Amino acid sequence: MLKKPKKTNSGISRRELLQTTGALIVGFNILKPVASLAQQQEIPGIAAVPDGMASVPYDNPDYLDPRVLDSWLSVKTDGMITIGTGKVDIGTGIETAMGQIAAEELDVPFERVHVVMGDTVKTVDQGRTAGSQTVARAGPQVRQAAAAARMELLKLASAKLGAPVDKLTVSDGVVSVVGDSSRKVTYGELIGGKQFNVKITATGVQGAMVVAPEVKAKNYKDYKVVGKSIRRVDIPAKLTGEFRFTPDVRVPGMLHGRVVRPRNVISGAPTVDESSVSHIAGLVKVVKEGSFVGVVAQTEWAAIQAAKALKVTWPQPEHKLPFTREDVDTYLTTQKSARDATGVNKGDVDAALTKGVRTFEAAYHWPFQMHGMMGPCCSVADVRADGATVWTGAQGPFTTRDRIASLLKVPKRNVVVNFAESAGSYGRLTADDTAEDAVVLSRAVGKPVRVQWMREDEHVWSPKGPQQLQTAKAAVNADGKIIAWEYIDRGFPWSESQGTPQLAERQIGIKTKLLGNPNGANGGGETYDIENQRVTGRTIPWPQDDPSPIRTCALRSPGEPPRIFASESFMDEIASGMGVDAVEFRLKHLKSKRVAELVEASAKKAGWAPRPSPAQETPGPIAKGRGIAVAQRGGTIIVAISEVEVEKATGKITVKKVTIGHDCGLIVNPDGLRGQLDGNVMQGISRVLMEEVVFDHSGAKSLDWVSHPVIRFKQVPEVDAVLINRPEFPASGAAEPSVVVIPASVANAVHDAIGVRLRHVPLTPQKVLNAMQQKLSAKA
Amino acid sequence: MAKVSLNVNGKARTLDIDPTTPLLYILRNDLELNGPRFGCGLAQCGACTVIVDGKAVRSCVTPARTVEKKAITTLEGLGTSAKPHPLQQAFIDEQAVQCGFCINGIVMNAKVLLDKNPNPTIDQIKEHMDPILCRCGTHPRMIKAIQRAATTMKPAKAKA
Repeated sequence: MLKKPKKTNSGISRRELLQTTGALIVGFNILKPVASLAQQQEIPGIAAVPDGMASVPYDNPDYLDPRVLDSWLSVKTDGMITIGTGKVDIGTGIETAMGQIAAEELDVPFERVHVVMGDTVKTVDQGRTAGSQTVARAGPQVRQAAAAARMELLKLASAKLGAPVDKLTVSDGVVSVVGDSSRKVTYGELIGGKQFNVKITATGVQGAMVVAPEVKAKNYKDYKVVGKSIRRVDIPAKLTGEFRFTPDVRVPGMLHGRVVRPRNVISGAPTVDESSVSHIAGLVKVVKEGSFVGVVAQTEWAAIQAAKALKVTWPQPEHKLPFTREDVDTYLTTQKSARDATGVNKGDVDAALTKGVRTFEAAYHWPFQMHGMMGPCCSVADVRADGATVWTGAQGPFTTRDRIASLLKVPKRNVVVNFAESAGSYGRLTADDTAEDAVVLSRAVGKPVRVQWMREDEHVWSPKGPQQLQTAKAAVNADGKIIAWEYIDRGFPWSESQGTPQLAERQIGIKTKLLGNPNGANGGGETYDIENQRVTGRTIPWPQDDPSPIRTCALRSPGEPPRIFASESFMDEIASGMGVDAVEFRLKHLKSKRVAELVEASAKKAGWAPRPSPAQETPGPIAKGRGIAVAQRGGTIIVAISEVEVEKATGKITVKKVTIGHDCGLIVNPDGLRGQLDGNVMQGISRVLMEEVVFDHSGAKSLDWVSHPVIRFKQVPEVDAVLINRPEFPASGAAEPSVVVIPASVANAVHDAIGVRLRHVPLTPQKVLNAMQQKLSAKA
Repeated sequence: MAKVSLNVNGKARTLDIDPTTPLLYILRNDLELNGPRFGCGLAQCGACTVIVDGKAVRSCVTPARTVEKKAITTLEGLGTSAKPHPLQQAFIDEQAVQCGFCINGIVMNAKVLLDKNPNPTIDQIKEHMDPILCRCGTHPRMIKAIQRAATTMKPAKAKA
């Protein structure tokens, strides 16, 4: 069975806390009562609402009851503590961060805490790992459970030592009497190997669950473990091949499966010529169910060969969405919104738009993009008559369990999902496709089946971050102040991300009635104090019921890189148009002192000298420029200052340096945070300069790393960071926010360098050349 | 099926396999060496890299029979978490891993670079590592880790 990596010399054994971004930032709330923390501001895009399949976990045999202390943690006789969390580590370091939070509250060394993640039998459902909410929301849940456990341990120690609780102190898991350290007892001696059998308070579900609010947690001023750059527990084993990722799960009697799908929309069952694979030794079965086609074989190589050789003729695809980016933009503009998210709505925008001395108007275009997991998704399923056991890298193990229970028509508790870490998934595994593939194949052959997608399966069939379109208008008065701002974002919902039926389910005939996660409005300019402002995020329903290679799901900070690319490019256009320095212009409009402080600190660190943009033209083959972008996301404030070079002859953009400013309240693990910033800078540059998923009537065109290039070593810029630690504020997320500011900062720097404004992502050399040519023609 | 003899991490192994099977699947499924990873199966990403007679080889497209009688080293052949190779230790010290799925390709290709050029410049590191993909964007720390390893591996060589 799946072996978890053992603790290593460096004391790391599992990863933890941080959640989507995975940094080791453990942020959580210290000053506010927990209840208010859990109920704090909604995070646009992914709110703390349960997914479409979640049930109430109280007095429900399908769930560990969050009101039972033993659901959260256990103590072994040797004093080792196991913490359970329904969250999972997707490469951001949350295993370590959760361990830090628990160790802190329990007053035990970090090395003595072991974290179990994403096990539907052994852990509480804390919601999917998404939205950079693990530290922010699940962190306080674990912290309060640990604080409640500490209190119970003190009560037990009080009885054993014959001293009142307020005369006891804890150090390294040893309880002793204040003033008489000879009277002591360890956690292991108090409860090791036994259950607490104690009820605690818990209300709400998943991310909105409030745990033991009556228990007073530690004051941040007393922290010894939280706030330290503790090394990640998972890293040594990952470097030596000892770590077990999802593809390394092996169970007795396991067979290997592969799925067969076309490069186009699936609009019905295909015809399958089984004789085309009869020559393959080790083939067990060709599985057909509805439009689902897969193969099962004794060996992985035989399964791969069979899937490749199987002759499948697919029916004509029925397309419900146009193909060109322009036509999809038109579709987004003309279709009725299913839900409008309002970011800001104040003043009389329409009237104020007519009253400025200058007006501005622009549209910004963002393409379909992909997560591009380094390892394609992979799962193992063992289906029995009454249920199933599944090993998978799902970001929502409970969602996977519930979908599979629905597919198999068995009670949820008859399906057990064990998390095993996948390649970094950045939102992609909110849609757990291979789990369902493996279940359908295992059910067909009556044996455990491992399914791993091939590279083309992943590039073509992974759900995508959807195309988005933004339009913006503004008016500026004689004092150079923006007096009117209208901003509209149009996008599709993340159709696979809300507990909706996944690919295999749809192929075997299960339809969805859910919209998916609707679009949000965050990042449309709400950071600025503008008297008349309207910011709207429209959700245009996803029209394609048939499985499609461009079906959609959450992609790192869903919706926000496009929205902030637009709003912060637009802000820059206005500043430039008014002949005002980009930093100065933003400072003039910012609402929050905290945001302004980060902008100033970042500009200082980057050596920003005030001047209007674009920069003066310089002779020579290279033009240089710098650009800034500012945003807030789920309580986190982010600033990026990018410095670029543009090769005039080729239009090639090189990002030389990025200075990233970050304020997420309390920083739980500074080194982990810095690592997440590196990653977001790199992904942000890749997405703005290079990435676009191409799909047309003949099918998917982005098939692999050659047809769909991403950033590489030669494009690594210098990365500098400005971290502002504010322990008096709750920790907000850090895995996603910093990606949102990179695209606009780069586009603004390109404008600064060559004086042309690029509003269509990705900013390819050809687009740069075209824009430069247009500028020259306009001059002539 | 046929008998294929492989020398992996210093141990001779004889297996009864389809000899056209790419080495990656033999290492992973028959020898249960999880270091080399399936990333693309197309020799595009480097996650499956092993070292064969001192050269970095993409095991996902290398038929097992073509590496018979050659010295194959996998990530497991460098060190363990209890006793890591200086290169692995440098990555631990720099915390140069996010998800870690690509790390096999990164470390094995860095090993070949440092064996050939013990003192690479940053540009040489970038040039050598450019074909190897990392999707989490851990590149800046990986470059630092390789530089660190170049420093820490020197004294070990001097002694040898």
